[in-house]
Amino acid sequence: MRKNGFARHALIETLHTVQSAFGYLDDDSIRFVARSLRVPMSQAYGVVTFYHYFSLKPPGKHTMTICAGTACYIKGSDKLIAAAEKRLGVAHGQTTSDGQISLMTARCVGACSRAPVVLCDGAVAGEMASELMLEQLERWAVE
Amino acid sequence: MTIEELEQIAKSVCQENDKYDFEVNVCMDLACTSQGAESLREALEKAAVASGKNVLVRRTGCMGPCSSGPLVRVDPEEHLYHHVNAGHAEAIVGSLGGAPVAGLQCDLNDHFDKQVRVVLENAGHIDPEKIDDYICRDGYKALLTALTEMTPNGVIHRITESGLRGRGGGGYPTGLKWGTVAKAAGDLKYVVCNGDEGDPGAFMDRSVMEGDPHRVIEGMAIAAYAVGASKGYIYVRAEYPIAVSRLTTALREARRRGLLGNGICNTPFSFDVEIRLGAGAFVCGEETALLASIEGRRGTPKPRPPYPAVSGLFGKPTLINNVETFANIAPIVRNGGKWFANMGSERSKGTKVFALTGKITNTGLVEVPMGIKLREIIEVIGGGVPGGHTFKAVQTGGPSGGCIPAEMLDLGVSYDALMKVGSIMGSGGMIVMDDTSCMVNVARFFVEFCMTESCGKCIPCRAGTAQMYTLLSRICDGIGTMDDLELLVGLCETIKEASLCGLGMTAPNPVLSTLKYFRNEYIEHIVHKRCPAGVCNMEAPVALPAEVLA
Repeated sequence: MRKNGFARHALIETLHTVQSAFGYLDDDSIRFVARSLRVPMSQAYGVVTFYHYFSLKPPGKHTMTICAGTACYIKGSDKLIAAAEKRLGVAHGQTTSDGQISLMTARCVGACSRAPVVLCDGAVAGEMASELMLEQLERWAVE
Repeated sequence: MTIEELEQIAKSVCQENDKYDFEVNVCMDLACTSQGAESLREALEKAAVASGKNVLVRRTGCMGPCSSGPLVRVDPEEHLYHHVNAGHAEAIVGSLGGAPVAGLQCDLNDHFDKQVRVVLENAGHIDPEKIDDYICRDGYKALLTALTEMTPNGVIHRITESGLRGRGGGGYPTGLKWGTVAKAAGDLKYVVCNGDEGDPGAFMDRSVMEGDPHRVIEGMAIAAYAVGASKGYIYVRAEYPIAVSRLTTALREARRRGLLGNGICNTPFSFDVEIRLGAGAFVCGEETALLASIEGRRGTPKPRPPYPAVSGLFGKPTLINNVETFANIAPIVRNGGKWFANMGSERSKGTKVFALTGKITNTGLVEVPMGIKLREIIEVIGGGVPGGHTFKAVQTGGPSGGCIPAEMLDLGVSYDALMKVGSIMGSGGMIVMDDTSCMVNVARFFVEFCMTESCGKCIPCRAGTAQMYTLLSRICDGIGTMDDLELLVGLCETIKEASLCGLGMTAPNPVLSTLKYFRNEYIEHIVHKRCPAGVCNMEAPVALPAEVLA
């Protein structure tokens, strides 16, 4: 916040910083940011819920993000999502009950030439087959 | 810095580079790094030291044919190697000065011959994190020339003369836009670079920002000089962390060299740029929504006028251009408007970068002159559809675009020609589909995307896309009727006419274009409850057991 001189228009920047430090945004941190930047609570909360990138729930220990962009869809990312959902027993956007794995989808990570793409804890892996992805999930699940 | 000093730097960098007998360029773009380019580069450096040869190992931006990655190009011989891994490092270094490594050479002459590189001229040749590499290839020369030898009006005139049109999708003439902002009253003006590449399936802007960040900054600085702005923002998607870090490095280096900041090049011109992160909202590609997002608000569009050129960021006159548009500026200022206008078709000048993806052999980035036939892009540059499948359609313009069928492949690519067939140029995503893709399903995919991305401000878009999705789902699930189809067409027209911003106005395009060219598939789904491509999971018509019939 200091970097941007506590400017109100740096709300999104500040929220990015908070999320990258804590992994998600909880009510306390949103309230703190709003108060510090003198932004109405409603605006801060509105911004957090408007943008997909911000998360209100703590992520699991590991995150499997499946790209759901057009190129990945054409190359069968919907099947990857279905396979992962079946294995983990949760819908995409959720975390397993033991807090080990979060299953997320991304709009497009820009690695379309290697579709279908998944991100294993942020590392891009292209031309993904469902067996390979499931193996990774197995490894995470038993950690 | 003066132009002489710049030339001095360029000269000394070139001399520095000449000291090396060989250059080994490793593509470090996202696609190649995801296949181990980093360990490959380390292995190459180790091998280079061990061999005792005078070799420079350089990390570069995207070389283009991502499907062949990781890529390595050896200069001065210009041997291009594909599918390289760390195990090949010694063989490559060992072959320097001799015959190329057998079996690794990449035969993509057809792929490269048809391309013309303006925006991507430096990609694969410079280290994006070194400003000296950029200066060595005529970088920042255009900015200093503009500042010392041209008037702001002269710059605008040159851009107008070039016929450059906005590369973000709309195709608005860039010179005209600059002229409007320049004429707008006000001491404080802004230049904004739209790097919110939300169109899924497109990654040209990411590659440009990651592979040649200084080109974008130089373009912005020239624009700022032309329109009289003193502050710039680059709005980048948070999903592109590498682009953000390279741009940050580039900005720092440019400031250190005195190419940004106060009194650039001993002139009264001052300009600086800040990076703003997007947070994942497709609608923020729309200019008024983007400005709202920079101001720290929800990215909802505003009705225009007033246009941002008159009242934009913080209520001040603002120039917004796309990354690729800014990337075209420096070469135009350097080489003249006529040079640029000589390329391309009658009303669409210059070149366009496309991200070729989907069911095609050579996926990756290509840059082609405007007016080139779609067939050439797909069959020659792209290498056709792999796996013995047949080409069905190519989708351009992302969720706002349309699908172009095989019959229309001889179409020359330009803003107007694509518009005429019901698609748009868009930012440059080009997704190829073959006979295993169901067009109804694809249309539903795009509508679903628009439905979730609709900001919710105006009703035609918010409610309309949801209804479109329901209708398309019915058809995909095999319970659609012919009445649904009629309803769908009517709904499309309403959304198109009544929506506030570009997202809503173009959201029906994928449906309308597939209905126009692939109506048979819709009919097949509705009447025969059958998906010709075998994608849609609809219950097969249950044949009643014989005893029941009896």
